[in-house]
Amino acid sequence: MNAIEVNGLRKSYGDVHAVQGIDLSIASGEIFALLGPNGAGKTTTVEILEGFRSRDGGDVSVLGFDPREEGHAAREWRNRIGIVLQSTSDSGDLTVIETIEHFSGYYSNPRNVCEVINAVGLDEKAGSLIRKLSGGQRRRLDVALGIIGNPELLFLDEPTTGFDPEARRAFWALIQQLRGNGTTILLTTHYLDEAEALADRVGVINNGQIIEIATPTELGGRSTAQALVTWRDGSTMKSENTNNPTALVSKLMTKFNGEIPELTVTRPSLEDIYLTMIGLTHE
Amino acid sequence: MNKIPSALSLGIRRGGLEIRQFLRQRESVIFTLLFPVILLVIFGSVFSDTIAPDVTFSQYFLAGMIASGLVNTGFQGLAITIPLERDFGALKRLRGTPMPASSYFIGKAILVFVSMVVQILMLLGFGVAFFGVAMPSDANKWITFAWLTLLGSACSTALGIAFSVIPKSGRGASAVVSPIVIILQFFSGVFFIFTQLPSWMQQFASIFPLKWLTQGMRSVFLPDSFATQEVAKSWENERTFAVLVIWLIIGIFFAVRKFKWDRD
Repeated sequence: MNAIEVNGLRKSYGDVHAVQGIDLSIASGEIFALLGPNGAGKTTTVEILEGFRSRDGGDVSVLGFDPREEGHAAREWRNRIGIVLQSTSDSGDLTVIETIEHFSGYYSNPRNVCEVINAVGLDEKAGSLIRKLSGGQRRRLDVALGIIGNPELLFLDEPTTGFDPEARRAFWALIQQLRGNGTTILLTTHYLDEAEALADRVGVINNGQIIEIATPTELGGRSTAQALVTWRDGSTMKSENTNNPTALVSKLMTKFNGEIPELTVTRPSLEDIYLTMIGLTHE
Repeated sequence: MNKIPSALSLGIRRGGLEIRQFLRQRESVIFTLLFPVILLVIFGSVFSDTIAPDVTFSQYFLAGMIASGLVNTGFQGLAITIPLERDFGALKRLRGTPMPASSYFIGKAILVFVSMVVQILMLLGFGVAFFGVAMPSDANKWITFAWLTLLGSACSTALGIAFSVIPKSGRGASAVVSPIVIILQFFSGVFFIFTQLPSWMQQFASIFPLKWLTQGMRSVFLPDSFATQEVAKSWENERTFAVLVIWLIIGIFFAVRKFKWDRD
């Protein structure tokens, strides 16, 4: 069974049609990244799946449950999911370990508190008050609170905003580890490299609709796109788009009799493809 | 697979957490616990005369301070701090966990009750030590005191949670809530002797719990002979009980139906 199944999802705020008929299937154990510019309907879609927002139309099933429902069944359902929201903060008068320990008490089968603190790299800060943490450390605490319940499905809304590159790599390793345990993850992110590093499939959403769903390497015809070869010829830079970059490089090698000055061979990055898809060009 | 923890056990855990958080905010601890004592010292020193045989204004005022402490700690405190928690996103995060709303409410009720007990002990201590307030010797009066405190604190908690949906933001909450409480204190016979207030004020105050809490506390701390000086010529404790229960039900109803976890 799919972890998430969405058919014809619609949601409007007054005259603004935030979500206009979204279909989405996310398999159990899959890491799915939802990409899209601000205001595309990303957050609305995810918050409907998380049970924070109502919908105007369509069918939604998350772990076999309709997030609209309330009561004890909803508690059982929330016991199986983890949510890392975009921005949360609190008075900060508790320590990291106190907070995680307290949240672990909400769940029927929580993960080990120390193990989770270790997984998010907060060992040295376990006894610190939350208000003394840096932005990136707070974010790691958010992630710790999202996974403490040992969820089958984890929602991550822009989880690495404000991370330095090292912390981001560490976070990616954590996500890979969760994937190893079979956790399904729905990720929204602004960082294309993050989607590429983590996601099995990405979905691009714009104007309330899904434009395309594909693997990161195939999105927007990326795997078959032409390569760009650039090199220096005397005092000028030359470039050529080609389907056969190897042949071109080999030809250039003969021409220059060995080393080709300032040679580069590039394929469009996920970011280039994405920006083209949402109607923006690079720079 | 274990079962998910019960709402009550999570509520008790939340109560412990709320108290721990509260104790770490030193300014609010001092303000909440000492402010009533400071008011008692000021009013008790300024108005030192007797208002009836064996009744000083300090005694009358002490009863009012305990009653309005219930309103300040529960209603005012929660209607100001819950919108702040909502602004922070702390409530939304809780909403995403299996913790039910009732546990959150129970936690708040425990926080209010415990800080009320501490506040009352301090007020009584100062009252007895410096302002000649006599502790009741009759066991029935202590029973009345116990249910007034419990019911008053529950009622005030429920109304504070219910009212927390009204302020648009945490920053503006105090400006919405504080005037209501101050006006009620003036109208309900906390700062002035109730029977000396204009009758429209008395009637207006009679709709709300504070007037009844103050009157109930007077029945505990003033001699029974003073009952004849009340508006109804008696303490009317049965009526106080009924009014508090009705407000408690109203508070719980709106708290459960209207509680907002998220800003929008």
